[in-house]
Amino acid sequence: MNTVLDSVVFKFIYCMLVSSDECANSFKIIGSGFISEKYAIIGFLITAFFLIFIIVNGALVGVLALIWGERRLVGRFQARLGPNRWGPWGIFTPVADAIKVMFKEDISPTLSDKFVFILAPILMVVPVLMIFAVIPFGEATFLTDLNVGVLFVLAITSTNTLSVLMAGWGSGNRYGIIGGLRAVAMLLSYEIPMALAAVGVILMAGSLSIIQVIESQVIPYAIFQPLGFLTFLIASTAELNRSPFDITEAESELIAGYMTEYSSMKFGLFYLGEFMATIASSAIIVCLFLGGWKGPEILPSHFWFMIKWILMICVFIWFRATFPRLRVDQIMELAWKGLFELTLINILSIAILMLIWPDPSITELWIMTGIKWIVFFVSLWIFGKLLGPKPLQKNGVARKIVLQK
Amino acid sequence: MFGFGLIKGLFVTLKNLVGPTFTVQYPNKRVGLIKASKYYNKNPFSLFKSHPLEGFKAIVGQAVIKEFPDQSPRFRGQEFNWFEDRCTGCASCAKYCPLGIIEIVTHPGEKNIQEGTSYDIDVFDIDIGRCMFCGICVEACPFDALHMGSGFERAIEKRENLVISVDELRSAEKRPSTWFRPQMEKSSYEPRNEKIEDSHDVGRHEKPSKEELTKRWVNER
Amino acid sequence: MSLRTEPVTMNVGPIHPSTHGVFRMRVTFDGEEIVDVEPVIGYLHRGSEKLAEERTYTQVVTLTDRMDYVASMTNNQSYILSVEKLAGITPSPRGVWLRMIAAELQRIASHAVANGFLINDLGAWHTPLLYMLREREKILEMFEMLCGARITNSYLRPGGVFMDAPDQFWPALNRFLDEMPNRIDDIERLLTTNEIVLIRTQNVGVLKKDECLNASITGPVLRASGVDWDLRDKNPYDYYDQIEFSRPLGEIGDNHDRFLVRIFEMRESLKILRQCIENIEPGPVRPKEVPFLVRPPKGDSYVPIESPKGELGFYLVSDGGISPFRCHVRAPSLINLTLLREMVLGDKIADLFVTFGSIDVNMGEVDR
Ligand code: SF4
Ligand code: SF4
Repeated sequence: MNTVLDSVVFKFIYCMLVSSDECANSFKIIGSGFISEKYAIIGFLITAFFLIFIIVNGALVGVLALIWGERRLVGRFQARLGPNRWGPWGIFTPVADAIKVMFKEDISPTLSDKFVFILAPILMVVPVLMIFAVIPFGEATFLTDLNVGVLFVLAITSTNTLSVLMAGWGSGNRYGIIGGLRAVAMLLSYEIPMALAAVGVILMAGSLSIIQVIESQVIPYAIFQPLGFLTFLIASTAELNRSPFDITEAESELIAGYMTEYSSMKFGLFYLGEFMATIASSAIIVCLFLGGWKGPEILPSHFWFMIKWILMICVFIWFRATFPRLRVDQIMELAWKGLFELTLINILSIAILMLIWPDPSITELWIMTGIKWIVFFVSLWIFGKLLGPKPLQKNGVARKIVLQK
Repeated sequence: MFGFGLIKGLFVTLKNLVGPTFTVQYPNKRVGLIKASKYYNKNPFSLFKSHPLEGFKAIVGQAVIKEFPDQSPRFRGQEFNWFEDRCTGCASCAKYCPLGIIEIVTHPGEKNIQEGTSYDIDVFDIDIGRCMFCGICVEACPFDALHMGSGFERAIEKRENLVISVDELRSAEKRPSTWFRPQMEKSSYEPRNEKIEDSHDVGRHEKPSKEELTKRWVNER
Repeated sequence: MSLRTEPVTMNVGPIHPSTHGVFRMRVTFDGEEIVDVEPVIGYLHRGSEKLAEERTYTQVVTLTDRMDYVASMTNNQSYILSVEKLAGITPSPRGVWLRMIAAELQRIASHAVANGFLINDLGAWHTPLLYMLREREKILEMFEMLCGARITNSYLRPGGVFMDAPDQFWPALNRFLDEMPNRIDDIERLLTTNEIVLIRTQNVGVLKKDECLNASITGPVLRASGVDWDLRDKNPYDYYDQIEFSRPLGEIGDNHDRFLVRIFEMRESLKILRQCIENIEPGPVRPKEVPFLVRPPKGDSYVPIESPKGELGFYLVSDGGISPFRCHVRAPSLINLTLLREMVLGDKIADLFVTFGSIDVNMGEVDR
């Protein structure tokens, strides 16, 4: 119980309920609660329930906001307005969407495997909610400080592979099966660069706990190790099934991929899970690479976290609005021939630099950053030459469009 | 370098993010204080007096004003405009309609405004549920009696109601489009804002004076 | 060790997000690789050719609008040229210039739609498509000024066009000509150097020169394979012989070449439009003596034109009556579609839709 009470939020609510000496010491103004220390476990449970309530509902509201924000923002990227009819600036559009989804007919196809079919959407949402447990939303505002936080996050995110496969298989539809199989191939491959990119961070921080990682960031790791940041960003875009890696849904190819046969609230749950995953992994990227809640003192730490979080989500939306989709084999090629090696280079360079400066001062850190950027450009150039589109040659001349007079 | 093209693309979308949008907000649109007061033709303060609710909404940019898409005067739209005085009941329009959806029944009548004795119209049904607004009927009308309309808001719940009867044609608002009527284009007439009541104004010829008419149709007979 | 795999057959379409209408393919694939494709057409058959036998020559114009509904003006043009040849009508010069302007605008609009949907098939979230549609919107607005409709134009009549362009048309056209090159540059910046577009389209769906010629493929698809065949140049109709323009030719004939050829052709169309504006002269748009009810003498005629999709021609037979005795359409979409199977065999599933999009077929024209 004591480790849990490290979190200020938790402790605050707990101390309003339970009277104990420890509480009296830390919150002098509030004093002690009405539950005697003998029944502290009741206070503990109530607190826990309360917090879960806040987090789950906070995530739901976040999803609604994201749906609205994404549609508005993609609209503006495409030089149109986006939804603006329902409520001021269209902010009630996702609410209307949710109501519509709830009242749709719930169809399960005859060929479907009912148990798997129903279980899949649930499996999509629940693990994503668990990620929020380890995210610090501000200084000392977190639910738990797991000492294997980064590992926990990586483990939890990979469970949605299972859900996608179950959905694809269970719906008994060929589009669904193709989508599901593509998902397994892609998500499993991208686990590896994602984990390896996180290794670079862990090496520097010397800890797996997310709090420790944030505290170790004198220079945000996005600047300090651009290679790791880039690979992590790409890999998490792929993990999220977002454009340009949305081959599992692939609207123009597979209609909706593994979700083709889903309707009503089951579809709603998939939708929810996807958007929640976007929110969660933006938060993870902010924690691991952008310095979490750190920032100049003018604003409270929560604001900094919020600002970085929203910016990160906007970057994902920006990607979605700009890039066409990659093909399946190209995606696998990128993961195994590109990102995998890039992350290894990243780890290697960090390890060497840490051998040279085991305990770097600020200037030494900046020197390391410079070296890392050089490594970044050189390795990207080499891999671009090896993997990128080759200018097609014909009779030794780069091809072009001829204008016949 | 690899990835350079992608970054260029990102900047193109970024440019469009801050650029103008091309959405036309059709039935109404939400505007701020300045545009709202312009719409109500008031200065912002008197707007609060006359339309307090709209005024407060306008502060947050939510005042609702009507908005129509730009529409060319030649727009071939709903609500055929038919001028009974000009129509002789020749049924050319019915004959030339590619779909044959105009039904005309006439009997000899005694109208003598322009061309002497003509026929009275009993039935003039246009089944606009099947009409494709090609305007060939209008092109075929030798007396400039039938015109395309300029509206487009005629959503109706029942198919039967899509047949325009002669009474509807008589009582409809006369906002003829200038499709195939060059004479109306010359006077820079705008169907959205103006109505044409006098059947002479839509014809190809100058409006004859009353004396002339009397001379032609009464005295010289 | 090799895995034992089994080919699966799947119905793509007739209702599918990227079949550009109602087109059905029975696709057999092994893993992600396509083994067989069998196109099934006819879902949009409306019997336009038969209907034309029951209509007068003017009424048929409305049917041609609906064949290739993203390029109505060129359809009108092809049909009207055939009627003029059949009835021996000499068109008025101003009418001809006007309909050339309309046709070139339509070519830009059609290519914009084709390229936009091609990139949409690649999986871009509608962004390039909407940029293209924004430009098309301006063209459609100009069409509305010209003839009161945006898609089903029916603007052309035997002998020219039915009405002169209104006053507000010319400033709008000039503004469009000034803006459009920048817009095309924008699109090129977004797409032509985009690495994802490059690796997705290069060397995919290759059509060799002789394959194209054997299957009588025309239009941008043929030019992307490097054959210099443009009917505006080789068999000039209207006043295209008085106009200078160049024809973009691809080298390999893959999807990327087809994409680029369309982009370049948009630029060439802008050039043609400028020359049309210079050359246009005042006068009647339609000879007075052409009756509303054209009654051509016995005989037949066929005038092919270069529509945005390829060679489009109406074969009309007259028995001296007020309506054609027989009407047949050489629809470029249908003929360009014939090589789809050869183009996609051995590619991945995702490439099927890109290749299909790059041919730029219009189901209204395929099934008629
Ligand atoms: S607009 Fe065309 S279809 Fe409609 S009534 Fe007139 S001729 Fe017939
Ligand atoms: S509307 Fe015109 S064409 Fe039709 S009956 Fe009257 S005069 Fe004749």
